[in-house]
Amino acid sequence: MALTEKRNVSSKLNPKRPKIDIESIVEGILGSRKRANDVFDILESLRSAKEKDVISAASACSKLFSTLLERKDLFIGKLPDEDEALNGDYSAEEKYHIFMRHRYNSCVEMLLEYLHHEVHEVKESVLSCLMKFAAAEGQHPLEDMDWSEHYSFPRQLIQLVVDNILSKTTDNSLLISKFQEYLEMEDVRYYVMSSIRVNVSAVMEKNKEVLLHVYQNNVFTLMSSINMPSQESELTNFMVKQEAKLEDWKATKLSDHKRGFEKMWLGFLKYKLPVSMYKKVLVILHDAVLPHMIKPTLMIDFLTAAYDVGGAISLLALNGLFVLIHQHNLDYPDFYRKLYNLLEPSVFHAKYRARFFHLVNLFLSSSHLPVYLVAAFAKRLARLALTAPPTALLIVLPFIYNLIRRHPSCRVLIHKPTAEDEALEDPYVMDEEDPVHCCALESSLWEIKTLQKHYHPDVAKAAMLINTPLPVQEDDISEVLEITTHELMERDLKSETKSVPLEFETATELLRGGDVIKQHFSLV
Amino acid sequence: MGKPPKKKSLADKVRKTKTASEIKNNPFEVKINRKKFDVLGRKSKHDVGLPGVSRSKAINKRKETLLKEYKQKNKANKFVDRRFGEYDTKMAPEDKILQRFAIERQRVHEKKDVYNLNEEEELTHYGQSLAEIEKFNDNVNSDDESEEKGLLSAELTASHFGGGGGLLRKKTSEEQEEQGNQRAKSRQELIEELIQKSKLEKRERQVQREEAQELTEKLDQEWKSIQALMVKKTPKSEQTDKPEEKPKLEEYDMMVRELGFEMKAQPSERMKSPEELAKEEEEKLQKLEADRLRRMIGEDGGDGVQRPAHLSADDLNDGFILDKHDKKTLSYQDGKWNIGKETEANQKEELEEEQGEEEEESDGGEEEDESDGGEEEEEECSSEEEDGHSDLDSEQESEEETSSKPKQSLSREELKAQQEAAKAELPYTFPAPESYEDLRRLLRGHTPENQRLIVARTQKCNHPSLAAGNKLKLQKLFGFLLEYIGELATRSPPELTTVDKLIPELYTLCQMFPLAACQAMQSILGDAAHSMEEVLEVKGHASFPTLDMLIYLKVTALLFPTSDFRHPVTTPALLLICQALTKCPVRSLQDLTSGLVLCCLAVEYVSLSKRFLPELINFLSGTLHLAVQDKTSLGYTLVPPFRLAGKYSNLLVLSSSECCESWSKESLPLSVRLELDARSDLDKDHYRLNCLSTCLDLVKRCCLLYKDLPSFIHVFQPIRALLSKHLLTQTLPKPLQKFHSEILDCLKEAPLTHSRLVFEKKKPIPLKLLTPKIVEVLDYGKKRGSTREERERERLKHKYKKEFKGALREIRKDSRFLAREKLSEVMNRDAERKRKVKEKGRDKGGGAGFHKNKQSVMNKSQLLDLQKEKKRKTTHNNTTGASYHCVNLMRKYTQQSPGTQIPPGSYRD
Repeated sequence: MALTEKRNVSSKLNPKRPKIDIESIVEGILGSRKRANDVFDILESLRSAKEKDVISAASACSKLFSTLLERKDLFIGKLPDEDEALNGDYSAEEKYHIFMRHRYNSCVEMLLEYLHHEVHEVKESVLSCLMKFAAAEGQHPLEDMDWSEHYSFPRQLIQLVVDNILSKTTDNSLLISKFQEYLEMEDVRYYVMSSIRVNVSAVMEKNKEVLLHVYQNNVFTLMSSINMPSQESELTNFMVKQEAKLEDWKATKLSDHKRGFEKMWLGFLKYKLPVSMYKKVLVILHDAVLPHMIKPTLMIDFLTAAYDVGGAISLLALNGLFVLIHQHNLDYPDFYRKLYNLLEPSVFHAKYRARFFHLVNLFLSSSHLPVYLVAAFAKRLARLALTAPPTALLIVLPFIYNLIRRHPSCRVLIHKPTAEDEALEDPYVMDEEDPVHCCALESSLWEIKTLQKHYHPDVAKAAMLINTPLPVQEDDISEVLEITTHELMERDLKSETKSVPLEFETATELLRGGDVIKQHFSLV
Repeated sequence: MGKPPKKKSLADKVRKTKTASEIKNNPFEVKINRKKFDVLGRKSKHDVGLPGVSRSKAINKRKETLLKEYKQKNKANKFVDRRFGEYDTKMAPEDKILQRFAIERQRVHEKKDVYNLNEEEELTHYGQSLAEIEKFNDNVNSDDESEEKGLLSAELTASHFGGGGGLLRKKTSEEQEEQGNQRAKSRQELIEELIQKSKLEKRERQVQREEAQELTEKLDQEWKSIQALMVKKTPKSEQTDKPEEKPKLEEYDMMVRELGFEMKAQPSERMKSPEELAKEEEEKLQKLEADRLRRMIGEDGGDGVQRPAHLSADDLNDGFILDKHDKKTLSYQDGKWNIGKETEANQKEELEEEQGEEEEESDGGEEEDESDGGEEEEEECSSEEEDGHSDLDSEQESEEETSSKPKQSLSREELKAQQEAAKAELPYTFPAPESYEDLRRLLRGHTPENQRLIVARTQKCNHPSLAAGNKLKLQKLFGFLLEYIGELATRSPPELTTVDKLIPELYTLCQMFPLAACQAMQSILGDAAHSMEEVLEVKGHASFPTLDMLIYLKVTALLFPTSDFRHPVTTPALLLICQALTKCPVRSLQDLTSGLVLCCLAVEYVSLSKRFLPELINFLSGTLHLAVQDKTSLGYTLVPPFRLAGKYSNLLVLSSSECCESWSKESLPLSVRLELDARSDLDKDHYRLNCLSTCLDLVKRCCLLYKDLPSFIHVFQPIRALLSKHLLTQTLPKPLQKFHSEILDCLKEAPLTHSRLVFEKKKPIPLKLLTPKIVEVLDYGKKRGSTREERERERLKHKYKKEFKGALREIRKDSRFLAREKLSEVMNRDAERKRKVKEKGRDKGGGAGFHKNKQSVMNKSQLLDLQKEKKRKTTHNNTTGASYHCVNLMRKYTQQSPGTQIPPGSYRD
């Protein structure tokens, strides 16, 4: 075949001056139809192993085909087979169109494959190329339809792109962040959301009960990178400008966006998630997902399930639940009991400690709570404080004080003078799950008394407060919520000191005779 | 117009003539200041005033001062009355006149009576009558005059310059008689006689002097001849002479003299200040260094010269040893060099001797060095050591001296060996390292002990009292040392013995510069915390601190007090320990060992203060959990970083129970080697048991520490559950069983009951009291209830006001007085003029009528003008003079309160 021969020749030349050649080839192809066969050279270089060549070829392709699309030089409608077209009775013009359309299709195929390339730059340029095609196709649809009735959008192409981005093997978070640019456009976002839903259901149905970490991670990244508009008036930025019937187009309706968004999330959360994914979802759920749903209550199942998981996930689910209870009138039975049982030693060590205490503070801020419940919380927190690090103690102590301030009848926990002389065992039952039966009100906060001997001066000082009646003003715990050990240390390290007390016992050796360490460890 | 002043002057005159009592009794002179009401206990000075008296006083005073000033105004010259006693008011006028007359007479006399022969005035010279002097001429025989240079005797002058007449005139009556006898002698003769006399005298004196000189020379010579004999044994001869002179002494005298010779209590040497000590130390080191350098180069020559001859404690300072010594060298020299009498065998013997001595010497040298080192170690040398040292020195000294000459014949090898020894010896002075690299270079390749010595010497050489910049250098040195310790600990294998040796130096440096040490330590802790924080932010957990950090934490405990409630170093250090215990997951036995080291450190930190460390208990219970075989049905909760189950949750579970028998407690190494993994199972099990035993011991210590905490039971609940249910006694080796039971006993003993919490009893708030508040009133008036400064200001203000008013009053009086004076002046002048005009008019007749009239008119208008103008002027002038006091006060006032300034014109009316 003449075509192939020529291709071979040009491919030999290509490596030497690929850049200039490709540019000129594109010019040539666009200049005269006689040189249409040069398109093979471009496709060849697209197939090249070198990333540079691929990138330049991709940009050349995007230039070439978008111009062709604009000129309507690509075949529109159902594409006949190439061989058939050559033999069939088409005009030369049509034959050219068919030929070019085939080249275009193969080019798109190749570009989609390149979305799995390991080099990010390649993926990025390929993606931008594909999105250009999508934009061009949107303006000049390749389907042969009555466009006055329908809305032109290259759904298929988008679906393909999404399918390829949501890889099962490689982490595409970088590419997705690039893709986010396109998600700013309303119609793209809308169609991407539906494509994700389709893709997720297809993939997950295939792999039931199997955790696809990478895939789910990709899906999550893509979904979380979707920024939903809050008002319909904001929907202005479209990739494809529709000529008519803009009012009915779903992509222009916020409610449709929301519906698509909701469906997408529900579709994703329907399937079993890995623990880390649970956490990630729960972290963003309350402020990136719930507000954009039409019926946030649909999340109840997911949230209650998460709340029952226990540990950190429960803590995180609390946030979403709070939104539902607070704004959507959700009635959650035994909420406080569950919250009470969430209090474990690990809450003080969890990463989301600040968020948790912020929420617990909110939940317990009501003055209509029964005293026994507040006392139970206070006592339990105090008991747990015995194992807490100083940063947590600086939160817990003011927290307990605030509880006592809000509920003055809890003051018996720190001040019960009537039974002063009698000594008694702590009546509080730590293992009791129901705060009603834990006898917290009969107890006293001896734990705080213990913490008065805590090694850190700030904690000890805070604990000293129970020796006198508490001041009326509540402590603001939001200041201490985010405090880290390092910050606590900096306080001492950075403070100006005038005099430094010194050890008066003369040090003569590293491990002194009386030291504990000397009895168990040796230098060598 | 002229009347009032006249009247006043008349009254004054009258007043003056009256006595004080008369005035007081005169009711017209007295003014009584009526008091409105009597105040008890107040004495008023001013109830009766004598206005007339005080006014005349004031006028007199003004006349003396102001009027004089006024009169002197605009006058460059001044009349000074130099008459005798003119200003002396105490002198009676008669006396004054008499004295003046006497003076006058004297003056006239001096001037005119020199040549007045008739007067029988006596001439004097230096207050002595010249005649007298002439009379006792022979007695004038002082040495001065004998010199005859520039000195004039009265006689001489008289004879030379006075002229014959003068001479003759001055004879007294007695002399005149004499003169009568020798009248035959002419003037010529007289003079010759005089000259002769003086010449004779002169010669006599010369002769005398020569004789004296001869005598002294003779004496000198004789003395010299004796002296040569006496030189050596002067004191003895004296001593022996004494008894000869006075063979019989009384007992008492003897005792007295003995007492005289007895040693008196000597003033002991004063305590040396630290600076001096440091200086001495440095000097000593420098000397030693110089010595070492010299020996290193290999020159031995100047030894005998440089060092002062040794004096032993028994030396009587009579030169006995010296003589002997001299003798010996002398003979030696003879034998060797000069004569060569001695036989060869003898020489050989000597050579052998020398060699032996040489060896000894080198030994001695080493010993000396060692003892030097010892001295530096114990900064205060005891007297014993001092002695030992000096003895060594003396040994070396004598040896060196004896063998100083033959050194040249020493074999080269020996010399070389000596040089080497000197090289191996440490230098005694070191420059303070400027950078960490310097320090490393300084310490590289030395043994731990030597490194310590080097640091100690560096520190002494750069004591802050020696130079200005030393303080900074040593402060830096502390930082470098810390860094160096860290590096030593990170080396593989870690050189912990060196670290151990350097601790005392760190300690002393820290004692010298607490603030710098604190900052250095803080920066290390801060860096560690910072890096840990970064890791935590990324990963959520961190790895255990490396050995250097453990060492730093230990060093912190050594340098700074751990029991402080809040300390700039130990509080962050403890926080760091606790953070490591909560954030670092245990993933290997090494991790566990590090964790246990941290636990030990934590226990040490709180051992005195007994502060509560939740992290410590958590970690220990977690460690015990690692040893539990069956991880199901736990009666306790674990706190991160430990997990209930997982890959690393069986770290301390023994692989076989047989190891329990063969195990015995060993101390774990601080630095865990990596080859731990490669060991056999038995070794590993032993290691595990070691860890477990450490852990149990720590738990026991914690139990004892926290026994008194109200929530002791709850704090130790997990440990109790672990020990009683999961880590059963049977599975443990015997020594651990003991720990186990002890802990459980301790936990059982703890009191379960507590009294309820109550607030501390407050002091009852006192009722409001209605007794008056008593304020100390220092000044009468309304100035109360203010601060001291305010009161002071008020007082000053008041005083200023008073003084201001007084000054104004005085100024007014001054100006009034001056105006009066001027008026009277003008009036006088006017009257004079009138008188003169009248006189002239009388002379010329009636032609001057018009003239006179006009004059008088002019006078009146002029007068008024003049009065006005002058008044103004003088007021102004005097204001400046009299208000000086006022201005001064003002200044003081304005200094006191810079805010309120009085405009400069305001005090002038």
